[in-house]
Amino acid sequence: MHRNSKFTLSFYIIHILVAIGLFAFIAMFTLFAVYAERKVSAFIQDRLGPTETGKFGSLQTLADIVKLLQKELITPAAADKWLFMLAPIIIFVAVYMGFAALPWGPGLVPSQTNIGLYYIFAIISIETLGILMAGWGSNNKFSILGAMRSAAQIISYEIPAGFALISAVMITQTLDLQAAAVQQGILSVEKVKFLGAWDVTHIGGLLSWNIFRAPHLIVAFVIYFIASLAESNRAPFDIPEAESELVSGFHTEYTGLRFAFVFLAEYSMMFLVSMLAVILFLGAWNTPFPNMGVVKLADWTTGAAWGIAWTIIKTLGLVGVQMWIRWTLPRLRIDQLMNLCWKVLTPLAFACMIISGIWRLWVM
Amino acid sequence: MIVNKTYNALATAWKGLALTLRHLFGSTKKREVAPIKSANYFKELEKGTNTIQYPKQEIPIPEVGRYQLDVEIDDCIVCDLCAKACPVDCIRIESIKATEAIGQTSDGSTKRLYAAQFDIDMAKCMYCGLCTVVCPTECITMTNQYDRTVRHLDELTYKFSVMTPDEIDEKKVAFEKQQAEKLAAKQAALQAKQGGAS
Repeated sequence: MHRNSKFTLSFYIIHILVAIGLFAFIAMFTLFAVYAERKVSAFIQDRLGPTETGKFGSLQTLADIVKLLQKELITPAAADKWLFMLAPIIIFVAVYMGFAALPWGPGLVPSQTNIGLYYIFAIISIETLGILMAGWGSNNKFSILGAMRSAAQIISYEIPAGFALISAVMITQTLDLQAAAVQQGILSVEKVKFLGAWDVTHIGGLLSWNIFRAPHLIVAFVIYFIASLAESNRAPFDIPEAESELVSGFHTEYTGLRFAFVFLAEYSMMFLVSMLAVILFLGAWNTPFPNMGVVKLADWTTGAAWGIAWTIIKTLGLVGVQMWIRWTLPRLRIDQLMNLCWKVLTPLAFACMIISGIWRLWVM
Repeated sequence: MIVNKTYNALATAWKGLALTLRHLFGSTKKREVAPIKSANYFKELEKGTNTIQYPKQEIPIPEVGRYQLDVEIDDCIVCDLCAKACPVDCIRIESIKATEAIGQTSDGSTKRLYAAQFDIDMAKCMYCGLCTVVCPTECITMTNQYDRTVRHLDELTYKFSVMTPDEIDEKKVAFEKQQAEKLAAKQAALQAKQGGAS
């Protein structure tokens, strides 16, 4: 009797536990991020934000989710019931599944696959489908307008985002995100050069991050970051939700738990796109501290626990910037949005890709 | 052209981002509540958060503000001027003539009328303050009391008369009796006059 030794019971248990752990993390992150967003927006606008529920209002989002859980699930009479019901689940699951291929630390990745980046890009595109289902299924003009805008925007911005990522992939020469992560620190098996000249393989830290291995990736990073704002429907690219025009866009008709899922998806999308940027541009789970002579800061701050900590710190940093931008910049008009995408970001991303090719061939 | 435009976009975006960043980290100071007369009432808004946490913090206001009405009924001569001045007719006064001067107000005016009813409907009041202007004895004033919540609408009708129904009846009867006596005396005098003439 032949049995593949890899697929034992413990294999399944571990994978289920990892999935549950990731879900718990996403849920906790969402609670924290909504609270943070409310506080950040309040301080930016010289307000106080939540103050009454718990110390400094820290239990506010918990109270909100308890309230949302108790709310009635209203399905509009004219809605397409199946599409309407399934849409929030598809939106969330698409984003949630993206986390499967993201590495958290050395040796810590839910699923190490050699097409990791491709998989993530494919799976989070499904979110657009969910948004379209939500918009169409609601049978509401605001919802369908929001959904159409969202689809147009996400599909357009996937192009500059994709090319920015490809220019990073051309440097790392792998779609496996864990392999790309390993390259950007002291654990790298191949030579790492700072700005393509100085060998920093054993120095590591900030100097071996992708954006410093090939400086044009800074531009690619900025392009990707801007495009990722559009992909997660965040201001200044929040025309799909444009409160002042569309009530709240594609999720106008949603209530209770379904609304909570749409919200969860938005915030996990923020985390996912930021984490992807961290992995491909900002050194993934590698420490920002280099080894300096006998002070081996990089050696001391590399490890599984350190990896998770660095990933979370860097990603939360980017999420913070997303919030900061949201509460500063006004929303772009649809023509400005498309202008920016097709006339500025896409050509720049192409340029980055060409430079990446030259860099890989002649400099590295 | 496009380079210029892009540069401009980034530069102005950064300008905005720097501004919000300043406010984000400048929000450590909470607002100190000062009356509007203080010199830095408006300057205060430039630093720290602006929220006044109302039930916990209140902006000091003058004791005689422009808020809910109050009547010092002992000083009222029941002249009805306030009720006549009121543009929304929220003051309702009913008077009973006294049989004699019933005392003096604190500013020396003689009181000759009892206030059987002195109601102000605060739900109707529009806080114009005209009643306080016409009052000859300054017994109706606006106070600094501006937040009041009641469970029933009729609780917003403030009743300032201190007379009990019994007292009201007694005064009415006394006045009518005096009027009747006066009428009788008048008729007697008239009869005497007519009798003298015939």
